[in-house]
Amino acid sequence: MSLFIVNILDGLVTGLLLFMLCSGLTLIFSMMGVLNFAHASFYMLGAYFAYQISMFTGFWAGLIVAPIIVGVMGALIERYGLRRVHQYGHVPELIFTFGLALLIEEFVQFFWGRQQVPYNPPEALDFTAFAIAGNTFPAYKVFMIFMAIALFLVLLYILTRTRVGMTIQAALSYPETVQNLGHNVPMVFMGVFGVGTAMAGLAGVIAGPVMGTFPGMAFTLGAIVFVCIVVGGLGSLWGALVASLLIGWMQTFAASYNLRMEDLLIWLGFEKPTLMWESAWQDLWTLTLPQVGPILPYLFMVIVLVVRPQGLFGKRET
Amino acid sequence: MSTPSTNPLTAGTSRLVPLNHALPWIIAAVALFLLPVIFDSRAALTIMNQMAITIVFALAYNMLLGQGGMLSFGHAVYMGLGGFFSMHVLNWMSDDPWLPLPVLPIFGGFFGLLFAFLIGWFSTRRAGTTFAMISLGVGQLVASLSIIIVIFFGGEEGISGNRTDMLPFFGWDFGQQQEVYYLTAVWLLIAALGMYLYSRTPMGRLANAVRDNEERAEFLGYSQRNVRWISFCASGFFAGIAGALFAINFEILTEENLNLATSGSILLVTFLGGVGFFIGPIIGAIVFTLLQTVLSLHTEIWALYVGILFVATVMFFPFGLTGLLALHVMPWKLGKIGYLVKPYAKMAVPTLAFILSTAAVLEILFHARHAGRGDNEMTIYWWLTFDSHSPLPMIIGLVIAGVSAYALVKLAPGLKAAWDEATHMGEAGK
Repeated sequence: MSLFIVNILDGLVTGLLLFMLCSGLTLIFSMMGVLNFAHASFYMLGAYFAYQISMFTGFWAGLIVAPIIVGVMGALIERYGLRRVHQYGHVPELIFTFGLALLIEEFVQFFWGRQQVPYNPPEALDFTAFAIAGNTFPAYKVFMIFMAIALFLVLLYILTRTRVGMTIQAALSYPETVQNLGHNVPMVFMGVFGVGTAMAGLAGVIAGPVMGTFPGMAFTLGAIVFVCIVVGGLGSLWGALVASLLIGWMQTFAASYNLRMEDLLIWLGFEKPTLMWESAWQDLWTLTLPQVGPILPYLFMVIVLVVRPQGLFGKRET
Repeated sequence: MSTPSTNPLTAGTSRLVPLNHALPWIIAAVALFLLPVIFDSRAALTIMNQMAITIVFALAYNMLLGQGGMLSFGHAVYMGLGGFFSMHVLNWMSDDPWLPLPVLPIFGGFFGLLFAFLIGWFSTRRAGTTFAMISLGVGQLVASLSIIIVIFFGGEEGISGNRTDMLPFFGWDFGQQQEVYYLTAVWLLIAALGMYLYSRTPMGRLANAVRDNEERAEFLGYSQRNVRWISFCASGFFAGIAGALFAINFEILTEENLNLATSGSILLVTFLGGVGFFIGPIIGAIVFTLLQTVLSLHTEIWALYVGILFVATVMFFPFGLTGLLALHVMPWKLGKIGYLVKPYAKMAVPTLAFILSTAAVLEILFHARHAGRGDNEMTIYWWLTFDSHSPLPMIIGLVIAGVSAYALVKLAPGLKAAWDEATHMGEAGK
């Protein structure tokens, strides 16, 4: 039971982290109709910038400065890159962001090398928050949970309660009308793109010390983020939240419960082959849950798409 | 059929003149036959084989992207699965062979087709972003599965085989690199011709129609989903052939043949070449393979250059290298290509200076950051040797880059004017 609670919390950390990326991605997608393939690359940039800053000034300055730099970079890329490619259509836009993702990975390797960099949690948070029957839970993860939730409350407040948020929501559905009312819609787009990437950057800053800061971190998480978006339903913020949490828990639980296919097969009444290495089904027999864990999100995505092509919360067939 | 051809080189005259259409193919066949006679070193043969495989794969990929408007981030799966299956066929036959090696690609093709059929069933329901995301997910799924399903994929080591185990083909047992080259080249011709002819069938035209306006195609009575599905299957078939050719050439397949990096690089190749033209992927594959071979010999950060080139292509030349060449067809036909020679010659020096100096700055930066302690001396462009930690070379590089960039900006209006003149159907026009 205690392991269960720790897993729930761990899964929550992963899920919220995924949602920090998914929310920005979804906002950008519903606004511009383009799925930013490089979104996870901004997450990686956040982690690397924060690492570089933390070498000079410590963790906390990086927490504030790195997302701002990432956001400004994102806004500039939208203004001078994406807007240019936009005229060619959606597929070239997607290809552009894919190229950007490749390029950012190469730049990160160019500056910081191929190895993982030693980006660590701050000493102030380097203690055990609590322990449930021997299973410890670090304070840094508590901090991550609170950071993520605080960010969403702020975002929710801005989107639903402020004038800026109203303009953004209006520009989501009727950009021309909003433009005619005298708002600078391209500016709004640039701002949303900047804020979305800054959120991804912030996610990178707080996730870097736990998940590791290495050049592959963008593609490792990025693919999962896209799965969340598709499973939740493209453009649906609630869908993204549900899918992120589901996938976060799915991965955490799969990693910590060592269920074996062997037991299941024996329980079902199959006979274990005596010479395992000669059996055609050897892979099925030796399968364990932690082994399958990494592919579960993709499997989940395929199943959801077959059963419900518009995603869990998608309104129209995507 | 009054539909304009997608191939600018074979476009024009009526379809009743077969020679005009057959000529590029005859030239290609002769070139493929003669190439190993001119470049007969082992390394050259390896590069040419790799090029041929990439061409088949890129052409298959362009059936989706260029002809069908479907952007896939997981097309390596069909090539990889075709390759894995061919390798198994090869190994099953090794004890008691009853087929010669040249038929192996057919097995790869049908296995690729089978999987494209299964996965296309749910992934081709929608085009655009959704299709792209599903292809990514499926690609990741298969790549991760390849580590788990050891019996088919061989786990981390992959699977390997020996191509000489199959029956000899007219005395050839394909132990020689050159024999493998001719096998690959013949299959390249067959596959390319097949894909070209496919693009001319009503089915190939329908793929274009669905790409351009899926709703209209639907109202004309064609199921957009089925059209995409069939294109997807055809593409999977030819990707599988490419996979089998890979299996024959390298005799080993691993997870690397299925993963996102491979899928991404074929997108790169195809887009660099130009997605709107049949020969685009061919040019892309040739240029990319050469670029990769040459650059990776001389610099550690070649992937960075390729990335920059790719992003620049997407931003400034969305029709790729072939598109850039095709732009010159009109001045050529108008007989005004001479107008462009002078401005191009003027631009050549600053362009070269800009590229070389930017690359030099990047190399210096990379060397300064990553070279071992005490290893301060570096050499670029074969004869320039200096201390990478001193600021002077960096400053010189930046200054040259700045000056040449300024010169390019200053020269751009001249080129624009010459271009307008050259494409203007004025006095010298038809």
